Amino acid sequence: MFAYLVRRLFLMLVTLFGISIVIFFLLRIVPGNIVDILFAAAGYVDPADKANLEKELGIDQPLIVQYWHWISGFLRGDFGYSYVSEKPALQEILPRIPITARLAGLALLFSASIGIPLGVISAVKQGTKLDYALRVVSLSGLSLPSFWLGLLILTASVAMFGQMPIFNPNPQTWLEAFATYAVPAAAVGFRSAALTMRITRSSMLEVLRQDYIRTARAKGASDAAVNYHHALKNAILPVITVIGIEAAFLIGGLIVTETVFNIPGVARFLVEAIRWRDYPIVQNLVMLIAVVVVFANFTVDMLYAVFDPRIRYTD
Amino acid sequence: MRSVWALAAVAALSVLTASTTTRAGEPKQGGILRMYHRDSPGNASIHEGATYSLNVPFMPVFNNLVIYKQDEPQNSLNNIVPELAESWAWVNDNKTLTFKLRQGVKWHDGKPFTAADVKCTFDMLMGKSQQKFRQNPRKAWYNEVNDVATNGDFEVSFNLKRPQPSLLALLASGYTPVYPCHVSPGDMRTHPIGTGPFKFVDFKANESIKLTRNPDYWRKGRPYLDGIEFTIIQNRSTAILAFVAGKFDMTFPTHITIPLLKDVKSQASNAICVVEPTNVSTNIIVNSTAPPFDNVDIRRAMALALDRKAFVSILFEGQADIGGTMLPPPHGLWGMPKDMLESIPGYGPDVNANREEAKKLMQKAGYGPDKHLPVKVSTRNLAEYRDPAVILIDQLKSIYIDGELDVVETANWFPKVARKDYMLGLNLTGNAVDDPDQSFYENYSCGSERNYTNYCNKEIEKLFDAQSQETNIDKRKKLVWEIDKKLQEDVARPIIFHARAGTCWQPYVKGVTVMSNSSYNGYRYEDVWMDK
Repeated sequence: MFAYLVRRLFLMLVTLFGISIVIFFLLRIVPGNIVDILFAAAGYVDPADKANLEKELGIDQPLIVQYWHWISGFLRGDFGYSYVSEKPALQEILPRIPITARLAGLALLFSASIGIPLGVISAVKQGTKLDYALRVVSLSGLSLPSFWLGLLILTASVAMFGQMPIFNPNPQTWLEAFATYAVPAAAVGFRSAALTMRITRSSMLEVLRQDYIRTARAKGASDAAVNYHHALKNAILPVITVIGIEAAFLIGGLIVTETVFNIPGVARFLVEAIRWRDYPIVQNLVMLIAVVVVFANFTVDMLYAVFDPRIRYTD
Repeated sequence: MRSVWALAAVAALSVLTASTTTRAGEPKQGGILRMYHRDSPGNASIHEGATYSLNVPFMPVFNNLVIYKQDEPQNSLNNIVPELAESWAWVNDNKTLTFKLRQGVKWHDGKPFTAADVKCTFDMLMGKSQQKFRQNPRKAWYNEVNDVATNGDFEVSFNLKRPQPSLLALLASGYTPVYPCHVSPGDMRTHPIGTGPFKFVDFKANESIKLTRNPDYWRKGRPYLDGIEFTIIQNRSTAILAFVAGKFDMTFPTHITIPLLKDVKSQASNAICVVEPTNVSTNIIVNSTAPPFDNVDIRRAMALALDRKAFVSILFEGQADIGGTMLPPPHGLWGMPKDMLESIPGYGPDVNANREEAKKLMQKAGYGPDKHLPVKVSTRNLAEYRDPAVILIDQLKSIYIDGELDVVETANWFPKVARKDYMLGLNLTGNAVDDPDQSFYENYSCGSERNYTNYCNKEIEKLFDAQSQETNIDKRKKLVWEIDKKLQEDVARPIIFHARAGTCWQPYVKGVTVMSNSSYNGYRYEDVWMDK
């Protein structure tokens, strides 16, 4: 087990190194840099001003030197300064992380708490009207883009209640605080819940046909015990895998949701930083996300062992 | 004796009542104006930007030497009022503009304002000081200024190379605040210090900008508001829905398109909305240095093919203006009169006749029904650029030109245009000041950085200088019309239309004036108050 852990950790480091190179060079391949954008916005180019600014920001140096400055800084925890706001990049990134983390956490919670039970019900009641209705719901969840769903929720809120649940940085009541995150989390988590539900259903259907389920029923175990204790426990592995992958993909959905609901999280901030070619923000933020995703995958692998005693990581 | 005491009590009460209540319609003190902002500005330094996304939130932090009267919609030389200056005078054959400065004014950090601050600001703008702006997009505005000299702490003179009456108009723009000497340009980008009615509190990129009332403002009794809070919402639908839901007191100025304005009015029927010209023209930039548009016949044919009314009716439901370079009257001060405009090829009302003429020119150049001219129409990847570009492509089809839309990301647009890597481009040009000096020199003079088409006509340059020095408004106007007509006839940068846009506010917001011939100059907000 220890050797496996060491090997996995080494692989993670190699992966992260590769990712850092991809992030850095992909960003340089995108045409234009912050200086181009600033001068484009001002509608003029003074070559001397432009050269001065490139020198000031260090983007006139060879790429390898720029890479070394960045990655060595990242390892030391020195993220540099945002080109746009001229504030420390860490100071810009850190306050936004809890906002997105809360939103993502709630979306995943929504996804699991809706998707898994409904997936189980759909499998247990296979072929019934309820099953068909739930399958329609799950299909619609996969088909509706989250930005459209978000706008629909906002429009309906204004039309029906004269209120809209956009981000409130200083909620006065518990309900306001909940609404600030819950509605956008539901909008972005709906697709994820639909996917979880479909995976749970198919996995449950497979497990429910196994001999040990029939044995459990023959021994007089209740439906609830069979479905939730014996079947779900064995059907949950693919669901955990999907939720792990969804956690990584969620950032894509959050970009639109944060834009529509005007939530000042990292996802929207990242898009803005890319638009401005704000390298210190983009590089460090994407690298942080990569670290989180790589660790999330590692955690999911470790969770397999917890949920399935047959899985043991050995040397 | 008893009655005397009673009378005194009544008198005291009435004095007290009069001092603590406000008559209906009289401005009330207090309240935070909540407005959404369409975009996250790159920084907080007005001098280093070229978008009104900067002026709207940061103009309230500053003062100019002079300013356009904030309660009159039309900017003109006649409604410029002193601000940090108390008075001004043209001397030395109109080659020196002297300002007497207001005394006792303090910067927001408590330091006193003096003539040295004015000199610092304009030396930096002219590139003459040790401290430099990162970007200085309006340096050319001061090409005719030799130097700025102080005479004591409260007098400053602009010494010009030649008379330029419009200098005053440029100084009155929202783009011309006075900066403090003692704060570096870098600090002004992140934490601006001004003398204006509101102090800067906080700017969180992509989130919010907060200003608070300046209690030491030199104009006693102003501002009325306790503060202004801008919430940055880039999604237009979300922003407008939030205004409709009452989350905001006011929309971002001139942010509501004509079609969306109907939605706002239907959902928030109490909202007060106005539609005004933005003094932003949508125009065509033509690369006349390379084939096929190096052929003057093809350029003229293209100009003749334009059906400007179709653009206006499709994009603005009829609510936009057709004109030349200068914003047309009645909102614009310098636009050509209608009969003169219609005498320019392509502006006449008979579109079919114009297009027949255009077809003949195309045939002369070797194109016809069997041989179309393929053209790339480049434009920025923004709706206000893309939508008219699509209509342009459709209209060009009628004269054997097959256009293909080439959408360019903002970061690449200007470098592409600057290196002349385009055939036709659809462009937007905003004018900070409704004055020919700003527009002509910037967009049409030989060698100007914003003269994207490299149009260069030495004869017209002489006329630019002649109108610029003319002090008689009527004479200057005639010269301006002549120049504008010539620019359109030369297809220097065909103007398609001048846009209009809407601004809305809740009925309790008072004292808002939306400028009708510029989108850059009307955001001091010291007269705005809330009847709540």
